[in-house]
Amino acid sequence: MKKYILPSLKLTIVMVVLLAVIYPILIAAVGKMAPGEGAGQKLVVDGKVVGYALVGQKFTDDKYFQGRPSAVDYNAAGSAGSNKGPSNPDYLQVVQDRIDSFLVHNPGVKKEEIPAELVTASGSGLDPDLSPAAAKVQVKRIAAIRSLDAAKLTALVDQQTAGPFLGMFGPAKVNVLQLNIALDKLK
Amino acid sequence: MNTELTGVVVTFLLSVLLAFPLGRYIAKVFRGDRTITDFMNPIEKFIYRICGIDPARKMNWKEFLKAMLTINMLWFVYALFLLIFQDKLPLNPDGNPGQTPDLAFNTAISFLVNCDLQHYSGESGVTYLTQLLVMNFLMFVSAATGIAALVGVLNGLKEKTTNSLGNFWSIFTKTITHILLPLSIVTALILVFNGTPASFDGKDTITTLQGDTVQVSRGPAAGMIAIKHLGTNGGGWFGANSAHPLENPNYFTNMVEMIAQLIIPIAMIFALGFYINRKKMAWVIFGVMTVGMLLLLIPTLNWEIGGSPAIAKLGVAQPMGAMEGKEVRFGPAASGFWSIMTTIISTGSVNSMHDSSMPLSGMMQMLGMMINAFYGGCGVGILNYLIYIIIAVFIAGLMVGRTPEFMGHKVEAREVKIAAIVTLFSAFLLKAGVALAAYYVAHHPEMDWAVKPGSWLNNPGYHGFSEMLYEFTSANANNGSGFEGLGDNNIFWNVSTGIVLILSRFIPIIGPVAIIGLLANKKYIPASPGTLRTDSMTFGMMTFAVIIIINALSFFPALTLGPLAEYFSL
Repeated sequence: MKKYILPSLKLTIVMVVLLAVIYPILIAAVGKMAPGEGAGQKLVVDGKVVGYALVGQKFTDDKYFQGRPSAVDYNAAGSAGSNKGPSNPDYLQVVQDRIDSFLVHNPGVKKEEIPAELVTASGSGLDPDLSPAAAKVQVKRIAAIRSLDAAKLTALVDQQTAGPFLGMFGPAKVNVLQLNIALDKLK
Repeated sequence: MNTELTGVVVTFLLSVLLAFPLGRYIAKVFRGDRTITDFMNPIEKFIYRICGIDPARKMNWKEFLKAMLTINMLWFVYALFLLIFQDKLPLNPDGNPGQTPDLAFNTAISFLVNCDLQHYSGESGVTYLTQLLVMNFLMFVSAATGIAALVGVLNGLKEKTTNSLGNFWSIFTKTITHILLPLSIVTALILVFNGTPASFDGKDTITTLQGDTVQVSRGPAAGMIAIKHLGTNGGGWFGANSAHPLENPNYFTNMVEMIAQLIIPIAMIFALGFYINRKKMAWVIFGVMTVGMLLLLIPTLNWEIGGSPAIAKLGVAQPMGAMEGKEVRFGPAASGFWSIMTTIISTGSVNSMHDSSMPLSGMMQMLGMMINAFYGGCGVGILNYLIYIIIAVFIAGLMVGRTPEFMGHKVEAREVKIAAIVTLFSAFLLKAGVALAAYYVAHHPEMDWAVKPGSWLNNPGYHGFSEMLYEFTSANANNGSGFEGLGDNNIFWNVSTGIVLILSRFIPIIGPVAIIGLLANKKYIPASPGTLRTDSMTFGMMTFAVIIIINALSFFPALTLGPLAEYFSL
């Protein structure tokens, strides 16, 4: 056995140094040149940090565009989906409640206009995005509260929409935090 | 075609296009030819020198396995120790606690065997030190172990008659220095420049636009996420794995991470063709695997894009598709695609929550893991496929009434027995585990354990059964994904899946290595007109039929109780 243990031990030590010390430090060092210095890119409004560009936030106030339901209440100290199965009756009741609540807060919107992503929880609980349709269905409510022109808000959503990657791959999306920052600046 | 489907198709095609030259490169590395990573040669030689390894010393299959198992055992003890005492060690900016012994047992094994089942959450269950010294480290070396086992097998097939499988330590070291490390550095840097954190800063506390105070977990994640995919490991830095916006920031990184996990398993098929000079056989294997993959993928895409029938009944629109547990930036197509790829190739990382997939998509994910040989994990996928080949050769031999042969060697009782044991034992482990768990849930829900069996499941009825079935399927396939609603951080699940994990890792490696070790030792019989050609389309279809029959017989009843029953009740 000694024939195998000694080289194994030495090889382990060398590999730990190479793969678990040198490699991550190398990536961290080069990462200093990345946006946010490799520690996450922050968004700043009037000199104040309001969040991370990639991490979704909770918006409960009706004057803001609201993101998707979250199983961790948007506390990015953790992350998780609801893990509810499609046939779970309790889960379907929760979705029903979300639909009812949305209809109360958004008078004039019909049920069949609500895209499912607005009433289903995301995978991470920190989804930063909405589909353009899920943002636009909230325009009427926000326009009324902020006394803004609905057309202007729709234009804002369009302006904030990032199309598919390279215009060809994947869905279009709107970053909710950036959309709301732009909304606050709108006169 | 819409942009979501285009994204899926292009991602797959890019993976194959990159895997082909990578396969040729891998064959060159192990033949010792000149390659573009020759700049790593001094590092490789330096490693041999200080470790006292003579790379030229040949090993027979028993020595090869001894070397492999010894170093793996050492890693297990090392990982267990670090995980239990992580709270007393440095690099713990978030002040996370040490792991309980049963959790550490499960976690150490899980990462050792390239599975990465995670019964903890990355943000709170480990420290930066253990993320790097245990997870990140084991991700490299477990992938290299799998690849080394395959290369050993190929060495046995390469020569007409040989008792040498090559030098385990040398193959292992080459795999790290010439394949995994260079590819990981490239992938990690792409991720960092797209927003994945890499610095050692701890949790940040911020005030949101609306005025709430929340924390944001971070850490040196990018490097680990790169090897997590390249090594088909799958364990996430964050709890939500690649659904987390910092772990997988946008559609481009999603494509990169997907290509990263597909590229080595596919490249190994081509490497096989180049290395033992059986290119036609490589294409047949690739063809069979791809057909199998498409049979799982296409229906899944259809169900996920089609949306949930239960949600449709509530009257809302589903313009994107089924969105519970999915992220907007990926959409249902890329999520469904990922869920199948990650299960067929034993990665087990997720970019959507599989627990919330449509019932039959969940079944396809489980089937991918049960078969575990459509591409399969780094190196081990082909070893699993080899077992199916040996059984197909045997059955075909019976059908034509000749002693079966594989690559010029007679396949006799001993080899077929090993292949049969590997196959049947895997099905036994999986089903025995599920049966035991289901027994406790049904008959002893109030059992006086830290977590009562009655509280394990996050969903009632058929779907609850699927959660248990998925967990053992994932452990048995060394996959690591989960129906994560299952309450699995307790003694029962930590210990039972831990045992399944270690058996289902090493038996399917020891089996094929032994078979080829035995075969290679036998006299070489040149091919004659009466030889069953194992590189023909006919034989490919034969293997495919064997895969379908074995798995249908083994798993159809269990799948009926879970996903199929849920589908028909929805």
